[in-house]
Amino acid sequence: MFHALGDATRRDIVMRVLQGESSISTLARPYPMSFAAVQKHVAVLERAGIVTKQRRGREQVVRAEIDSVRSAARLLDELEAIWRSRMDRIGDILVVPE
Amino acid sequence: MAVTNVHKDPEALTMTITAEFDAPVARTWQVWEDPRQLERWWGPPVYPATVVEHDLTPGGRVAYYMTGPEGDRHHGWWRVIAVEAPHTLEFEDGFADEAGNPDPALPVAVARVTLGERPDGGTRMSIETTFGSLQEMEKVVAMGMEEGIKLAIGQIDGLLAA
Repeated sequence: MFHALGDATRRDIVMRVLQGESSISTLARPYPMSFAAVQKHVAVLERAGIVTKQRRGREQVVRAEIDSVRSAARLLDELEAIWRSRMDRIGDILVVPE
Repeated sequence: MAVTNVHKDPEALTMTITAEFDAPVARTWQVWEDPRQLERWWGPPVYPATVVEHDLTPGGRVAYYMTGPEGDRHHGWWRVIAVEAPHTLEFEDGFADEAGNPDPALPVAVARVTLGERPDGGTRMSIETTFGSLQEMEKVVAMGMEEGIKLAIGQIDGLLAA
């Protein structure tokens, strides 16, 4: 999963499909790369179980697999990690005299 | 700095983290009150924050963006609900579109910050974060995930060193 999310374009794709399902052609529009390259990024996310892809007519629709990916408890663990590192950084600021 | 307590409630979608600092309350409050200090800790080192608006009064707004390693910018905002310097701060925390306008499709969390004096002159600071839904929490964590990635890398390093 972390390989899947260790790329700025893939993170951006995840953020966008979290806001609602989207076709690959719509997803590809803002990126300065080929449709095929975006398709490859989506395939990496699909293998990691983060998104699913469905053919609908001529389009391929991508949606985030929110509930299957992480439970509330797991999300709170990650939120804890975010805040622990923020507290660390605050500690670093406070030890330096103004 | 020492994190002294973490309380997670998956049903209430709430997490409270408490840490203690040697610095007095008035000094610790400045990491919220001074935008230049805030931007040194809010975003992770690989996604540093730049604060462009900072009004810590009730109804006031804080606007910022985080810049990624490839120059990608992610905008966020706070709306201040209540503030009593230097002891309490309550705000909504959300994401914004590229122009910095709050995006109604994106999640909002409510954060409550409490600073209290310790008998030795230091500060005990608690931050409670509450989400409206599991989906909102998923989005916030997904957007903060570079820290999750670093944590995972740290865990892998730990395993390799063992």
